[in-house]
Amino acid sequence: MTKMTAANQTVPDEKGRFGSFGGRYVPETLMNALNELEEAFEEARRDPQFLAQLNHLFSYYSGRPTPLYYAQRLSETLGGAQIYLKREDLNHTGAHKLNNALGQGLLAKRLGKKAIIAETGAGQHGVASATVAAKLGLSCKVFMGEEDIKRQELNVFRMKLLGAEVIPATSGTRTLKDATNEAIRYWVSHVEEAFYVIGSVIGPHPYPYMVREFQKIIGEETKEQAMDQIGRMPDEVIACVGGGSNAMGMFYPFIGENVRLRGVEAAGHGIDTKKHSAKLTLGTPGVIHGTLTYLLQDEYGQVQEAHSISAGLDYPGVGPEHAYLKEIGRVTYTAVTDEEALAALQLLSETEGIIPALESAHALADAIKIAPDMSSDKVIVVCLSGRGDKDVAAIQKYLQPKKGEEQR
Amino acid sequence: MIGVENRIDRLFAKQRQKHFIPFITVGDPSLDVSFRLVQALVEAGASLIELGVPYSDPLADGPTIQRASLRSLAAKTSIRDVVQFVGRLRQAGIEIPLVLFSYYNPVMQYGIEQFFADMREQGADGIVIPDLPVEENEPVVEAAKAHGLHVISLVAPTSEQRIAMIGQQASGFLYCVSSLGVTGARVSLREDLAQFLASVRANTTVPIAVGFGISTPEQVRQVADHADGVIVGSAIVQEIERNLSLLTDDKQQAEGIANIKTFVQSLVSALK
Repeated sequence: MTKMTAANQTVPDEKGRFGSFGGRYVPETLMNALNELEEAFEEARRDPQFLAQLNHLFSYYSGRPTPLYYAQRLSETLGGAQIYLKREDLNHTGAHKLNNALGQGLLAKRLGKKAIIAETGAGQHGVASATVAAKLGLSCKVFMGEEDIKRQELNVFRMKLLGAEVIPATSGTRTLKDATNEAIRYWVSHVEEAFYVIGSVIGPHPYPYMVREFQKIIGEETKEQAMDQIGRMPDEVIACVGGGSNAMGMFYPFIGENVRLRGVEAAGHGIDTKKHSAKLTLGTPGVIHGTLTYLLQDEYGQVQEAHSISAGLDYPGVGPEHAYLKEIGRVTYTAVTDEEALAALQLLSETEGIIPALESAHALADAIKIAPDMSSDKVIVVCLSGRGDKDVAAIQKYLQPKKGEEQR
Repeated sequence: MIGVENRIDRLFAKQRQKHFIPFITVGDPSLDVSFRLVQALVEAGASLIELGVPYSDPLADGPTIQRASLRSLAAKTSIRDVVQFVGRLRQAGIEIPLVLFSYYNPVMQYGIEQFFADMREQGADGIVIPDLPVEENEPVVEAAKAHGLHVISLVAPTSEQRIAMIGQQASGFLYCVSSLGVTGARVSLREDLAQFLASVRANTTVPIAVGFGISTPEQVRQVADHADGVIVGSAIVQEIERNLSLLTDDKQQAEGIANIKTFVQSLVSALK
């Protein structure tokens, strides 16, 4: 895999800053744990034995490398650019989340911790954490918003089957934001024995940096595969952005390349409504869950509710490195609506026999928008971050045929 | 040290008395009730009061203070209201030091410089920001100093070698977190608390106050042996919650406030 270092790595700085974003805005109780984690990670990423262990798990447990798949029928249907999919959905447990959970799980072992805790929105990170805990012999508590527990029943059952305890977050909006608050509270109380596996490029330093390092294998593989399969770099690389870990993992190796990068947020009911999750498009800089980044908030700094059909994108903050990449203009951030994502999901299902996660369908929807206007010698890579099995119940609810209409 | 002008310095410079420091969330359940509560707290013997700014994501707080935040937010209390509230208390003749307790984001959105200018103008003396460790607090400390205000640092049992660094930087007083975890009443305090506080004492010149998890007169007494001040938050907020139906009824409000005052008096008397 991945060498865990890159020539173009200039951020974060030693304080965990990506430009003016990032940092550590946490209770003092956690500061030593973060220092300890930072040190352990720095050692681990230089330790050949650690890397060999991780690589072994990637190859023989997770199923890496995941394919870069040419979506021929989708490309032909749309006309225009050729669309390739980076198949993170083919990872064991069904999403890119496992890359990071494996890395942090190994770190937890290295630090001698017996317990891991995690927060989850859609449940993919919860499933990945529960899986890694089972595999490595750690206990696992997963904090999940009550609302998300309802939305993602199947994943909740999966976590329990894997031996994890699922703890409902009953405060606030009962979604990922509140699950994260609860996880941090629990961590503050049990910092001496528990390792907090954060699921995205969010949270206090070193998490955004560490998670990126564990996820950048997505982009590294994609680069190699693009060279093998098309003989050059793609023209556009597109990924969805909730907290932003699949996008950061995909984008990071491309930052020094002449490739356009597009991050796609959830516009929910539309960015002209209040029901969206488009923090890079409509948010402002502020502090959430230990990091300074773009977030949805009111004029007094109260964090606002996010909305998306996808539980995984339904988060009012975003990784600080994305905030930085937006500020320096390196990545273009756009937003697509619930409806557009659903239409993209259906189109991919029908043309390629691949049901994507609702999260990934957002990235796909953006590709569907821009591909027809591009010439057929252009190449778009979409990060298909996860598979849609977990979402079928939610999708069914939205797509239920109207009364009297025949089921297709 | 900021100088004799600041009420916090004046308080601790006086006699070697132990100080009782209560916390309430401002606007829980309304600004008017909070106003009366502060008066009652002063009458009950508070030396300094912590005024909580309600926040949507209070990740250092337990469920009790979180619920208080939600009640206050439901009453549409903003950080601006809390700053103005200090002014109202000063106009009413409240003389003791008043310290805000706010997460960083509301302060940041207010505008750091403007915030401390307004704090000074309204008569506040300092602020505790639970999610702003010393590594991140430079811009805030600078602005506070320029206006003669203290940014109260926190130190935790897990701070270990950080105690010296935090102790050196401390201003006003040092807020010692008595236990791991979020705010909230606890059955018993850490066994190594005395040791932790001794180590803090050895590493700073400012007075030390202890908070998090203190809820009974017994615990107040226990902590006071090793500290200059004892901070009680959740236990008082719990008492407010218990009296909510009285506090939200104009006719019974006085009774509710009297109940809380009685509770606080029992805590304060443990210091005598």
